[in-house]
Amino acid sequence: MLMRITITLLMAALLVFGIVSWADYDFWLMGPSPSHYTWWWPEEMSTLGQHADNLFWLIMVMVTVMFVITMGALTYSIWKFSAKRQDKAVFSHGSHKLELLWTAIPAALLLVIAFSQMSTFAAMQFDSSMEDENGEELPVLCEIWASQFDWRFRYPGRDGRFGTNDDFESAYELVMPMRDTFGDPDDKKVVFLLRSRDVLHSFFVPHLRFKRDAVPGMTQRIWLGVDDEQLAEIMADREDKSFDIICAELCGWGHYKMSGRVRVLPDAEYEKWVDEMTALQFGNS
Amino acid sequence: MSDPNASSIRPGMGEPGTTRTSHEHHELGFIRKYIFSTDHKVIGIQFMLLGLVFFVLGGLFAMAIRYQLAWPWESMPVIGDLLFPNTGQAITPEFYTMLFTMHGTIMIFFVIIPLLTGAFGNFLIPLMIGAPDMAFPKLNMFGFWAMIPAVGCVVMSFLQPGGGPGAGWTAYPPLSTIASASPGSLSAQTWWLLALTWVGFSSMMGAVNYVTTVVKMRAPGLTLFRMPLTVWALLIAALLQLFALPVLTAASMMQISDRVLQSGFFTPTNLVINQINPEGAGAAAGGQPLLWQHLFWFYSHPAVYIMVVPAMGLASDILSVHARKPIFGYKPMVYSLCSIAGLGFIVWGHHMFASGMNPALGMTFMVATMMIALPSAIKVFNWLGTLWGSRIQLTTPMLFTLGFIAMFIIGGLSGIWMAATPVDIYIHDTYIIVAHFHYIVFGGSVFALFGAIYHWYPKMFGRVMNETLGKIHFVGTFIFTNGVFYMMHQLGMAGLMRRTADPYDYESYAHLQPLNVFITISAFCLFVWQIFFVWNFFHSMFWGKRVGRNPWNAASLEWEAPSPPGHGNFDSPLRVYRGPYEYADPSVEEDFLAQTRDIESK
Repeated sequence: MLMRITITLLMAALLVFGIVSWADYDFWLMGPSPSHYTWWWPEEMSTLGQHADNLFWLIMVMVTVMFVITMGALTYSIWKFSAKRQDKAVFSHGSHKLELLWTAIPAALLLVIAFSQMSTFAAMQFDSSMEDENGEELPVLCEIWASQFDWRFRYPGRDGRFGTNDDFESAYELVMPMRDTFGDPDDKKVVFLLRSRDVLHSFFVPHLRFKRDAVPGMTQRIWLGVDDEQLAEIMADREDKSFDIICAELCGWGHYKMSGRVRVLPDAEYEKWVDEMTALQFGNS
Repeated sequence: MSDPNASSIRPGMGEPGTTRTSHEHHELGFIRKYIFSTDHKVIGIQFMLLGLVFFVLGGLFAMAIRYQLAWPWESMPVIGDLLFPNTGQAITPEFYTMLFTMHGTIMIFFVIIPLLTGAFGNFLIPLMIGAPDMAFPKLNMFGFWAMIPAVGCVVMSFLQPGGGPGAGWTAYPPLSTIASASPGSLSAQTWWLLALTWVGFSSMMGAVNYVTTVVKMRAPGLTLFRMPLTVWALLIAALLQLFALPVLTAASMMQISDRVLQSGFFTPTNLVINQINPEGAGAAAGGQPLLWQHLFWFYSHPAVYIMVVPAMGLASDILSVHARKPIFGYKPMVYSLCSIAGLGFIVWGHHMFASGMNPALGMTFMVATMMIALPSAIKVFNWLGTLWGSRIQLTTPMLFTLGFIAMFIIGGLSGIWMAATPVDIYIHDTYIIVAHFHYIVFGGSVFALFGAIYHWYPKMFGRVMNETLGKIHFVGTFIFTNGVFYMMHQLGMAGLMRRTADPYDYESYAHLQPLNVFITISAFCLFVWQIFFVWNFFHSMFWGKRVGRNPWNAASLEWEAPSPPGHGNFDSPLRVYRGPYEYADPSVEEDFLAQTRDIESK
């Protein structure tokens, strides 16, 4: 009896925790957080992140239903089918119908999840998502260089070409424009080259729901797009206008301190920043 | 039922594979009997003791990790002076990388795999199929003794300058191949790779033995579909090892070659490490770091199933015995084990969704990974089906098995997010991943192992473990396990990356310290709580209640042998008439029908 009550309470605690943790996450902090960060993910500000978050919630609904059914059945069985209540168990080796049922339903659900994510993943990672309507590659904003244990960002400068003498470098802070010029608010794309000088690193920006390993010997084209409405909303009550870049792949003893920041500027302000950086590079001659 | 010889291992000699019974007359010396033994039961217990000793070591590493995460760079009480005299008794960043590298390595290669396949594989397979011993007893002995050089290599790796390997248990190059990239990559990494190779050598000898024994040495009448699910699971795990291990061994050799002979399998050209181009490896290598990731995960993903499939088997057997009901859907259970093993070979790429691998490949792995959730779901439903309408006896082994099912459900469900690539991009390598695989490996495999130890202990030592202590052990372990690992989901949702020694300098993580303190305290409690198990385990070995052959009234073959079984296992040849889960059969008086009982000719 004691054992059954204990198990039930434990299972109930898991259920309550499981549901509370996403239904009302302020609960965990016992009140609103002093910073903008909770025990849940940070606000989302990319054009694609919303799709990923929606997929997350779709899975959350399915998983919660499964969780309640299975945990419920387990806890119910412990009470109902106790040796004290039953003289002899049901003599059954299974049921073909039930097997079919609980194979087909999860299979269908899993296929729904599998197919509903393909377009988002393709948009995130396929090379074709970094081309304009004519099939031309979009211009590269800057090279992201990872090395032990810092981030450096090399911009091509005014001429738009790397390896010329107006290139300039920004350490620690990645500055990117919104790229409003495309017009379509859902189609803002800024393309980067991701590279590493030494070992594996990973470029992770939680607010953009983006993560990709920087692999030495490989140059990867990646793109980020910022939704300006979301960004404005986030910026409204923030003093600091930049966001964390975190190294997400073990890169040695200093891995924990390999941090950076990303700052998103309206196009006009970005152009001004490029002028400033160019001036710094060449002096005020 | 009780056997007069129950308390002593009876003498045997010669080639056990050739004799059915134990009517031998020569007493073996202590060394042949307990140290260099060819008896599968002794070897199984040797593996178990080795695994439990390393469990303590791996657990201590986990506690040190937790200490650092709750109170980063703060001086450690008591042992701080001894370990860190030069840094004010505080953990150093290099030491922290060593801690999580070796925590993973030890728990996987020296605890879970040896306990599941080494200990229970050895002990149970011959007993459950009615064989006198393994097919190759001497090979079996070498299999255990190949673990000793592995242990030696691990010890050597700690003694190297740099103080132990620090490239993670996944040992991704170039961090692991270039000495100047990390203190742990000086020479410790080479010893680490050698240790892995020896462990693989040991597993290989075990796997050959298990497959041969199961195929060739089953008692008459024991068809494949009359085998207990534990034997099925161990057979499938052995097949996984046979097919996957050569790749790991080859990959380890390639990495050793990169490190020692300056070859360039994994090291690309023109690296700049610590402001200089490295000498030797990396100077003009032209290798590809992703190649290692593919090779490593080609072994290590099946290894994930090697770590959970036998646990599923053990749990199924314990569940049926203590629920007094036949396992629900025996054949679907077998087929789902087989499909986990088959699909297990084509999902390794889901560790690499963010690695820069070709995204078309990522898409393929995503679909395969979604599909592998299906057999796991079928198994859970069948366990619940077994419980439905059963007659549950809440013994300690049953409690741990119910705990296993609950934990496996949580770990399995959280895996679905990981398979969904756009979501995985965010949660990849965060604490959600840490929570997920600890729910499977600790909440799943370790709970099943605890259940299995409590369940088969009477067969091993002829005595039962104390039930009250066992129940206390279960409740604390269950509470604190969730206290530790459930909360890690929250850390991961906030984006906290694993392997960060001091995350609180990031704006995103600064507020997470109180949660980490909570987890650390839970982890300390979980560790200390295991005293109940350790005490129970050793105390019961000498002073536990003696029992006869079949204390749980179970139907499978191992309970026909004396407890503990002598050399040669069974008193007389066995004949099998039915499957292993015939409980509650209305045609007989008792609530179980042993596999060997012949009711027709009576």
